[in-house]
Amino acid sequence: MEISSKQHKRCDVVTVSGRIDSATAPQLEETLNSIMNASRFKLVIDMTDVNFVSSKGLWVLIGAQKQCKRYRRGEVILVNVKEEIRSAFDLVGMGDYFTMSDNLTEAVGSF
Amino acid sequence: MVTFPGRYDSLAKISEFVIQAAKDAGLDSKAVYAVELSVDEACCNIIDHAYGGEDIGDMQCSVQIQPGQLTVILRDQGEPYNPDDVPELKMNVPLEDLKLGGAGVFLIKNLMDEVHYRSEPGSENVLTLVKRQPSSSI
Repeated sequence: MEISSKQHKRCDVVTVSGRIDSATAPQLEETLNSIMNASRFKLVIDMTDVNFVSSKGLWVLIGAQKQCKRYRRGEVILVNVKEEIRSAFDLVGMGDYFTMSDNLTEAVGSF
Repeated sequence: MVTFPGRYDSLAKISEFVIQAAKDAGLDSKAVYAVELSVDEACCNIIDHAYGGEDIGDMQCSVQIQPGQLTVILRDQGEPYNPDDVPELKMNVPLEDLKLGGAGVFLIKNLMDEVHYRSEPGSENVLTLVKRQPSSSI
């Protein structure tokens, strides 16, 4: 997994590629926590090049969403989630916790 | 049968192994992903629950390939860990009340056509996962 983040005017964009599994999820968690610890809670995660998300990865995303939505201070928006990954989110009933977008510019602009 | 060390950085290698097997069985991309995800979840359970951590023991993976059907057999020598004993995942819970964890077994049971668990006391745990290609799409 590779991960990078960029601070925009109204939100942070985190770009992830590869697999989000038990080996790599802690790295994603660390990146998201460092942004949220700086009191920035509007996050766009670009998942265009993510080809796998295990339940461990799912929990990291859910954990970030819980923190961001607290006090209505922000939100995690997921961009370009592959169909198979989205189906797994929906299967465990967690697809509804996220706004999913297929357009990065629109997602950034929504904040 | 291929042996992998019981650690998280084995997961990507196990995925490669079962993805190839699933493709060789003629499964479509949705079914291939179901196999990849289920095997990953099962291996994490072996590391986290049967062994109780990384680098405690090995995992053995073997596959049986038939046209339109893949069987994956995972073995470990850790503590017995029966997926049927895991509490059901609570669905439709408000986000703020959601407790983290417990989705792995739920995913496996819902993504696979057959899930069989056998524990041989003092020796090993054997988890058998079967995925079939829906006949309409062969």
